[in-house]
Amino acid sequence: MTLSHWRPALALAALTAGVAALVVLAPRAAAQSAGDPTRGHTLYESRCGGCHSLDANRTGPRHRGVVGRAVASAPGYDYSPALRRVGGNWTAARLDTWLQGPQRMAPGTRMYLSVPDAGQRRDIIAYLVSTSPARR
Amino acid sequence: MDIERTRPGRRDFLTVGLTVGAGLVIAPGLARAQAGDGDVGILNGALALEHEGIAAYRLAGASGLLSAGTLQVATVFMGHHEQHRDALARLVRDAGGAPVEPRSDADYVEALSLGALKSEGDVVALATRLEQGATNAYAGQVAALSDKSLVHLFTQLSADEAVHWATLNNAMGTAIPAQAFLFG
Repeated sequence: MTLSHWRPALALAALTAGVAALVVLAPRAAAQSAGDPTRGHTLYESRCGGCHSLDANRTGPRHRGVVGRAVASAPGYDYSPALRRVGGNWTAARLDTWLQGPQRMAPGTRMYLSVPDAGQRRDIIAYLVSTSPARR
Repeated sequence: MDIERTRPGRRDFLTVGLTVGAGLVIAPGLARAQAGDGDVGILNGALALEHEGIAAYRLAGASGLLSAGTLQVATVFMGHHEQHRDALARLVRDAGGAPVEPRSDADYVEALSLGALKSEGDVVALATRLEQGATNAYAGQVAALSDKSLVHLFTQLSADEAVHWATLNNAMGTAIPAQAFLFG
C-alpha cells in the first residue's frame, strides 16, 4: 500500500486527536485563565516589578506578549543558556509551572524568585495573558 | 505634580526620614559569607537591581526635577544602594564569581522610561515602584538561598528597601495597605 492510500486515514486520525486534545485541554486552560487581571496587574507591579517591565528589558526580559511567545525570545535580552535550552512556547500552564520554581523548570536560569500562592499565580498569569494581544 | 507645593508637609516628613535613617549600618562581616553557585547567581541578580536603583536615583537627582529636601533624601537612599552594591559585589568576588557590571545610562533611561519623568511626583512614584519591587525581589528569593548568612543579608536588604518604600509611599500620600504581609 502506498502512502497516498493512508492519507485519508491519517487526516482523520489527526483530526480526532486534535479534537480530543481540545476536549482534554480546554478545562485546564479555563482554570489557568480564571485569575483576575486587575489584581494581577497590582501583583505584577509589586512582585515582578523589581526586575521586569512590560516593554523594557531590565534585570529580566520584557513581558508584553509573553503568552504564546517562544521561550527565551524577547528581542535584545541576553538569556541564560539554561532558559534557551527549554524550548517551546510560553503558555499559561507553563508560566504556572515556571512561577512555582524557575530553577526546577530550568536549572541554572537567572531567576530564583517563585510565587508559591496559586491564586496569586493565576492573577499574575491572567494579567500577562491580557497583555499578550494574540492570546486575548 | 509638584509635591513640594501640593503637599507642604512632605519636605519635613522626608527630612525626618533622613535624620532617622542616617545611622544605618550595613551587615558587618559580610565578606566572610560563603556562597554556592546558586547563591552567586542570586547575589548577581541582586547586584543588578542595586545598579539599577543607583542609576535611577543618580539620573533622577540630576534631572533638576527634585526639590532640595527630596534630593537630600534621594541621595541618602542612593547611598544605601551603593553600600548594598559594594557588599554584594564583594561577596560575588569572594565566591569566585564575576560581579555583574552596571548597564549604560542610556540603557537605564530607556528601561525605566526616565525621559518621561516630568515632575518630582513622577520621580517619587517611580522610586516607590522600584523600591517596592526590590523589597519583594529580596524577600521572594530568601527561600532559594543555601547560605544562612546570606539569608540574614537578604533580610537586611529587604528591610532597607521596605524603609525606602514606606518613606516614599507616605510622601506620595498613599495609604498603607490594610492587609498584612505587604511583601514577599
